[in-house]
Amino acid sequence: MTTHYLVLSALLFAIGAVGVLIRRNAIVVFMCVELMLNACNLAFVTFARQHGNLDGQLIAFFVMVVAAAEVVVGLAIIVMIFRTRRSASVDDANLLKY
Amino acid sequence: MQSPVEIFQHSGGVIGVSWLMIALPLLGAAVLLLGGRRTDRWGHLLGVVMSLAAFVVAVAAFVELLGLPAGERRQAVGLYEFIPGVADMGLLIDPLSISFALLITGVGSLIHIYSIGYMSHDPDRRRFFSYLNLFVAAMLLLVLSDNYLGLFVGWEGVGLASYLLIGFWQFKPTAATAAKKAFIVNRVGDFGLLIALFTIWSVFGSFAYKNLGAGAVQDAMAGGSLSQGTVTAIGLLLLLGACGKSAQLPLQSWLLDAMEGPTPVSALIHAATMVTAGVYLVVRSGAFFEAAPTAQLVVTIVGVATLLAGAIIGCAKDDIKKGLAGSTMSQIGYMMLGAGLGPVGYAFAIAHLITHGFFKANMFLGAGSVMHAMNDEVNMRRYGGLFAVMKITAVTFFIGYLAIIGFPLLSGYYTKEGIIETAMEHNEILGWLAVLGAGLTGFYMSRMVFMTFFGKRRWADDAHPHESPSVMTVPLVLLSIGSIGLGAYLILGNRFMKFLAPAVGLPAELPEPHIFGVGTVGLATLALVAIGAAFAWFRYGAAEVPEVAPRGSFLTVFARRDLYGDALNEALFMRPGQWLTRIAVFFDNRGIDGLVNGLAAGIGGTSGRVRRIQTGYVRSYALSILFGAAVVVGALLYVGTM
Repeated sequence: MTTHYLVLSALLFAIGAVGVLIRRNAIVVFMCVELMLNACNLAFVTFARQHGNLDGQLIAFFVMVVAAAEVVVGLAIIVMIFRTRRSASVDDANLLKY
Repeated sequence: MQSPVEIFQHSGGVIGVSWLMIALPLLGAAVLLLGGRRTDRWGHLLGVVMSLAAFVVAVAAFVELLGLPAGERRQAVGLYEFIPGVADMGLLIDPLSISFALLITGVGSLIHIYSIGYMSHDPDRRRFFSYLNLFVAAMLLLVLSDNYLGLFVGWEGVGLASYLLIGFWQFKPTAATAAKKAFIVNRVGDFGLLIALFTIWSVFGSFAYKNLGAGAVQDAMAGGSLSQGTVTAIGLLLLLGACGKSAQLPLQSWLLDAMEGPTPVSALIHAATMVTAGVYLVVRSGAFFEAAPTAQLVVTIVGVATLLAGAIIGCAKDDIKKGLAGSTMSQIGYMMLGAGLGPVGYAFAIAHLITHGFFKANMFLGAGSVMHAMNDEVNMRRYGGLFAVMKITAVTFFIGYLAIIGFPLLSGYYTKEGIIETAMEHNEILGWLAVLGAGLTGFYMSRMVFMTFFGKRRWADDAHPHESPSVMTVPLVLLSIGSIGLGAYLILGNRFMKFLAPAVGLPAELPEPHIFGVGTVGLATLALVAIGAAFAWFRYGAAEVPEVAPRGSFLTVFARRDLYGDALNEALFMRPGQWLTRIAVFFDNRGIDGLVNGLAAGIGGTSGRVRRIQTGYVRSYALSILFGAAVVVGALLYVGTM
């Protein structure tokens, strides 16, 4: 009976992962990362419900907190990069290489 | 046979302070070396005074030793603990060591005095005297030490002094090379001596002579801790050491080149004293050699081979100093022969060593006097007729010459004759070869005298020979007096043999020395010497001596090239050594370096390619993270199904 939730979670995660891999815009990549996190959250609460164990729900809250903090830092970095380079493309920010 | 006497511990008296003999010249050397140019003005005088002071102490110790009864004439003087629990440093004053001490300090002092004149024009005269003093100190330590360890320290000390003095004119490449050669060849001998000392230590646990007497050796052999093979090995290794220091075959090659040093050095170190250290070592280690007949036989064979080789080399050399060097080799060969013949031979060997010290130093200094007069010319083909202009040098040289060829009643006659007679009793072949050597001595020494002092003048145009100053001629006169009378004094009535007995033992049957022996051997020797001298007169006295050496027969070339000793060393050791180093260098460059460099280059190249993975594109990193995570999940699932 929880299968649908898990399928939905897997779909959301796959969409997020593909988005991270194929999109160039940093903001969109960021949103896809959030999508993956929330797909995980969905899986967590689903399993918590299935097993009657609150640990999964607890973890979901933690993930939300971390995701919120990550958004703050990540958006700040993206804005700074955009200001200096006039571009939000992740492929343009490739100075850190061999 | 009567064995050597026990060693007594001594204190007080002159013997108690006999360490002064070593300390005084050492102090002289230290002052002159540390004082530097400040001591230039009086440095040579200090050197002479220190050497003379050592001589005075030696004479006083000798007199005190003579005052003791014969059974107590081995006095050990403890000095200090050298290596705690291993070796104590001390001196042994016995007839053997005091004979050497008298020779070293006596002849040494005369040569110091002579050097004042000989080196008067050299700006580095002070340095020369400091080295001479260093040599005297080291040589005295060598002979006076009461243990093998002290002997070894002195042994290396004289090696160092010899090196410094051969290379004294180090601005001459030949001198620098000769010094290195002497040092390196001596290392071979020292290697033998060291191994011998290690073996002695491992068997006896002591270096002191008092624990290594004939009794101790016999006890060890009876007790099984010392096998016949080991004692023979000790003897042969000691002989190897002696060969290096005494320029005996096969380590003879350094002595002829050592003549690059100033002539007083050749006289003191490479004729009178240092090169006889090998004979001292063999005689001092008599306990081992008497227990090892094979080693003794090898000593006599080495002695005979060297005495012939040296004589043959001496026959062909035109350089007066090299001729004398060949002669020195030859005479030390006689001593070695004597040293291999047991107590009778020891006495004759040491007696010959002492008389040789006098007449050879006499002739070397005479040669120095001639060179001094002839602008340092050493080629005898440019001498001739010098008798008229340097009478004192010529007469003293002539006395030394008569002594060395064994002219009846002079020093060399008694001592050399004694060795030949003893060898004849021991082994006829060795004896007759020694007689042949005496004949050759008659030839080459006569050749030297005739070419130098007689015949037509073949001088260089700018040569104006003159007699040397009295500071040089007085030592010559004193040494020639020793060359005349010393042999008869030592040998007649077996005086020296009885004197040495406490140190080396007395044979059961004493030989009967005659004032003039009329035995077959003695007459044959004299006849051969006379033939040799006559032949030399015929070739070099009566006939004209060409100023440029003729090409010469095969034998002459053979002798002129030092019996191809250097060529042999080059072919046997130098070339293979060079090949070995070349192989090692190749292996090092290609093998070891190749491996290390190849590894580094491999890692560098690989990482240069691998780092291309870091493209800087975040999305490709994300892909690899995803791929990695998928692999991990897949692996977990696979493991879960098992």
